Amino acid sequence: MAADAGPVPGTLPRPPLAGRLRSLLTFAIAAAIVVIAYRQTNFNIASLFEGTSDFFKFLGRLAPDWSYLPSVWKPLIETLQIAYVGTFFGTLIAMPLIFLSSRNTANDPISMWIARTLLTVLRSIPDLLWAALLVPILVVGPLPGAVALTMFTIGVLAKLGSETVEAIDPGPLEALRASGAGKVATIVFAVVPQVAATMISYILYSFEINVRASVIIGLVGAGGIGFLLQVRLNFFDYTAVGLIIVVIFAVVLVIDGISVWARSKLI
Amino acid sequence: MAHIRFNDVEVVYRTGLKALKGVTLEIPRGQFVVVVGLSGAGKSTLIRTVNSLVVPTKGSVTVNDVNVTASRGGALRRARSDIGMIFQTFNLVKRSSVLRNVLAGRLGDLPAWRGVLGAFPREDVAYAHDCLARVGIPEKAFVRADALSGGQQQRVGIARALAQKPSVMLADEPVASLDPPTSHAVMSDLKRIAREDGITTIVNLHFIDMARDYADRIIGMRDGLVVFDGTPEESTDAVFEEIYGRPIDKEKDIRGG
Repeated sequence: MAADAGPVPGTLPRPPLAGRLRSLLTFAIAAAIVVIAYRQTNFNIASLFEGTSDFFKFLGRLAPDWSYLPSVWKPLIETLQIAYVGTFFGTLIAMPLIFLSSRNTANDPISMWIARTLLTVLRSIPDLLWAALLVPILVVGPLPGAVALTMFTIGVLAKLGSETVEAIDPGPLEALRASGAGKVATIVFAVVPQVAATMISYILYSFEINVRASVIIGLVGAGGIGFLLQVRLNFFDYTAVGLIIVVIFAVVLVIDGISVWARSKLI
Repeated sequence: MAHIRFNDVEVVYRTGLKALKGVTLEIPRGQFVVVVGLSGAGKSTLIRTVNSLVVPTKGSVTVNDVNVTASRGGALRRARSDIGMIFQTFNLVKRSSVLRNVLAGRLGDLPAWRGVLGAFPREDVAYAHDCLARVGIPEKAFVRADALSGGQQQRVGIARALAQKPSVMLADEPVASLDPPTSHAVMSDLKRIAREDGITTIVNLHFIDMARDYADRIIGMRDGLVVFDGTPEESTDAVFEEIYGRPIDKEKDIRGG
């Protein structure tokens, strides 16, 4: 066997010192942040155990009152409608923004920068904050909820979409550019077929997130079953609250299941 | 009259790389030109200045006396729709049908709304089918592009370029990803169609034997400059060794088949 410049037994090559120090430092900083946060938030595992009996006492009071079920349907459907409408309009508005903000399909640097900035701003505002901002403007009810989720969907979908678009095979784009095809036609022919399946999967995923989010934003007055939950909580009507929680749990589970199944069929 | 004219074309990439260092050429209508040279000699860059996929930093390229280099927007798109291009990696939309790939070649001549909606006039669809028949795969129209073999995919590439009804055809290493027999079949198709339609063609090739077999005229490039311009008969082994700057390597430089 040729005596190559391989490692000599017993003296394994070690990674460079600078690299090892960097990992060590990263770990130390992460650990320090945990310790500081732990103290500042008064997080205490012991008190979690002390509260256990109270927790189960409260859980008992949440025993679902099934006779309340008929009053849940309407707000439940409203919640799904809020999620659906939000996903629909969010998708509609996100589509052009995806192509305007992707490096390989942008029209020009200026409109790309504007689209990207707009999306960054949209994304920096969480769904709950959108709802809280919109409820006073658009009056309590499903409308601010649907608008809040539209905004939220635009941000999420455009980000995921533009990452997908930037990762496509550039060959067909070059070919159509070379043939003198217009910009929009080039996108329709060369980009859309490459990203369609992934995009539909992302839209389903957005809907999934939006169903959950529409429950939460209901708590601040944006309609749906979340709003009902909040009202019942204010009346200390815990058996109704218990039922609502069970219904939400079941619906989210079913929607997630359908969405996961549909997405698995796509790719 | 020269159909394609390169006027002292220089290309400097943003990285500072000088890909073309002043190329002047005249190519008459209907000529089948093969450009040879090592990778990095500037062949791909040269071909891409014809349709302004690469814009010269100095000099200009004219096609039919239209200055493509100076064209922008609609004028550039009109110029490009008259110039077909085929690629080493075929550049098909793999998830689309063969017919839709070929129809994409019609987009440059259609109003934007028709392209976006895919509302092709009946005669355009018929023409796309004709193009597929001319490259010998009429039965593949409704097959997904990625279901075809490499040779068939490159034929779709030729059909797409042909669907533009071009007067110029550019081919960037069209057979480099194909095996020797398929390479010859594809080159023969390309040459036959160029002859039949009188299309001025520029093909980048590496293989010496293929260049000699198909070219009306061979242009040798080295280091961003034209170092040879002559007939296949004039391009002896010595000439190729000069272009490549090294002895001929039977393995790498001869395709055979």
